[in-house]
Amino acid sequence: MSDTKAIALELAGVHKRFGRTEIICGVDLAVPHGERHAIIGPNGAGKSTLFNLISGRFGVSAGRIRLNGRDIANRKPYEVNRLGLARSFQITNLFPRLTVFENLRCAVLWSLGHRYAFWKNLNRLTDAEDRAQQLLERMGLKRRRDTPAAQLTYAEQRALEIGITIAGNPTVILLDEPTAGMSRAESRHAVELIREVTAGRTLLMVEHDMGVVFGLADRISVVVYGRVIATGTPEEIRSNAAVQEAYLGKAVVA
Amino acid sequence: MQNPHGSSELAELGEIRFQPWNVGRWILWGALALVFALLPLFFSRGFALTLMSQMGIMIVFALSYGMLLGQTGMLSFGHAVYSGFGAYAAIHAMNRIAAGTLLWPISLLPLVGGLAGAFFGVVFGYLTTRRAGTPFAMITLGIGEMVFAAALMFPGFFGGEGGVTGNRTAGPPFMGLPWLSWLTFGPQVQVYGLIAVWCFVCIVAMYALTQTPLGRIANAVRDNPERAEFIGYNTQRVRWLVLILSSFFAGIAGGLTAINFEIVGAESFHAVRSGGVLLAAFIGGAAFFFGPILGAVVFVVFAIALSDYTKAWQLYLGVFFVLLVLYAPGGLASLLLMNLRVAKFRKFARLRDPYVGVLLGGLLLALGVVLLIELTYHVTLDIGQGPLMRLFGLPLDTSAPGPWVLAAFVLVSGFVAFDYYRRRFARCWHDVQVEIEDWIRENPGDSPR
Repeated sequence: MSDTKAIALELAGVHKRFGRTEIICGVDLAVPHGERHAIIGPNGAGKSTLFNLISGRFGVSAGRIRLNGRDIANRKPYEVNRLGLARSFQITNLFPRLTVFENLRCAVLWSLGHRYAFWKNLNRLTDAEDRAQQLLERMGLKRRRDTPAAQLTYAEQRALEIGITIAGNPTVILLDEPTAGMSRAESRHAVELIREVTAGRTLLMVEHDMGVVFGLADRISVVVYGRVIATGTPEEIRSNAAVQEAYLGKAVVA
Repeated sequence: MQNPHGSSELAELGEIRFQPWNVGRWILWGALALVFALLPLFFSRGFALTLMSQMGIMIVFALSYGMLLGQTGMLSFGHAVYSGFGAYAAIHAMNRIAAGTLLWPISLLPLVGGLAGAFFGVVFGYLTTRRAGTPFAMITLGIGEMVFAAALMFPGFFGGEGGVTGNRTAGPPFMGLPWLSWLTFGPQVQVYGLIAVWCFVCIVAMYALTQTPLGRIANAVRDNPERAEFIGYNTQRVRWLVLILSSFFAGIAGGLTAINFEIVGAESFHAVRSGGVLLAAFIGGAAFFFGPILGAVVFVVFAIALSDYTKAWQLYLGVFFVLLVLYAPGGLASLLLMNLRVAKFRKFARLRDPYVGVLLGGLLLALGVVLLIELTYHVTLDIGQGPLMRLFGLPLDTSAPGPWVLAAFVLVSGFVAFDYYRRRFARCWHDVQVEIEDWIRENPGDSPR
């Protein structure tokens, strides 16, 4: 809190190769605490791969990734998560047979220190229950508390996806296309929700909807062919000639 | 479950946590204990006691398997390894007690089995749980075969072909209390009592485990292991811990087997036993906590009771299993719960007639199948005893065409009747389920009145 300029997430010279194909070719990125940072770029630019590298799903081929000053490259997803980074998924990724409430309660357990306990009665852990209940209300899913996640509507599943992501009180949040596939009204609602739940945290998001990006992001990075070709405020990005050529121009025309 | 007249707002205050289930739970557990206690009064014959003793053991074993398959989504083909080691540990401990070199009550022998099971769960589980899904299944199969082969290689510990025998009555009086000296565990009814107590305690303990952080995270790992990693959980560690706990209860089941039979052989590790517990858990419905209990009871009826009447019991078990997987993949438990739901929505009356038709048709069909199978079995396997056989008390001459024609007639008419009513039933069942699903979707969080 004292130093708002401190870097929450830092990538330095990150490379990722799959066989002979290089998907990420030397990405440098620094996201300060409390910033909402969007990553945009055409399909296949490597945005999702970048997320997978940061969140521990893949190991890096070269380079460094630091979370609040600690090296997290090549760590397991659960280790990265325990250090305070949580992510959502582009394709909804829930616990389908568990109810909405159980989904959220599972997601808060580790951060509350309940770990692998098999000697505690889950229903007496009021801290976990209260936190899950709060999340339920915040996500607007109170009426769906006891519904299995598989039976939710698409928009509800997206909301639960974000709820699970923020459940463990992460300092850095990665959202992968949070409004993909939503109607305009649902998308507006989702943006409000994201703005609210990421207040005071660091957000890194991949998003295709330019309305969402320009409405939400403090700064934007443009990724093309595995490289960051520009980083700046929405105004700077909008007026950047290279970006216009590589990405925005085409998008506007289309 | 909120009622529509505003009490949901009260509940939202979160001040009062009303848990009506607690009362229900005590009643449920009390009723179960009562059933266990009263059963030997109604079924006191030797055979019934044998049957119930084995059911008790199988319930513990099948529930321990349910922890893996149902709760955590781990399909194991080698669960008999852990019950087997539990049985061997218990029988060796029993012999030490008899020799006076170990001071330990016979009644607590299953605990020795459980600890042995858990120990091997730690050792082998470390290997098997490094992978999930199909690789896990394959590794468990390999370890099962390996242990079975090893058991025959080391007759010193495993007793070779003959196995290791013991004597459960050799120990000191129960808890060292002279006035309990009648409790020798000699008579089968006392063994039943011991098994019933252990079975009850294990059911409660395994249910309690489902209501813990590890129990719920196990469900999360079952549903979506990848996401579980991204909420801070090492899924490998979760699988290992669950396997150790499951092995503990499997080992208790093994210890009970040792007391019940007073002999333990290498077949305790055999893939047939591993397959049997899978079958039992699946038949009952592994997705539900109580499913394996039902499955264990049915399995023992097939394996012990039916095998007394017919050599073809495994064939019947196989047919039953296939039918269940085809038409009720959720097992007996899901069948039961679906019907209870229909009853709760007061739509059962509509299903009654189709049900009667399907059951009568099915009965006729089953009768035809049984007749044909039994006749064939007699001709192919028991022909040395002459062409005459008895079936359902009827004398049948397998060399005459009469019984065969009768069997074929019953089979065909049964099939026709069953097929007709099956279609009617399926339509009616589907309609009812759709109505219920629609109602639930339109009234989320509510329950029918």
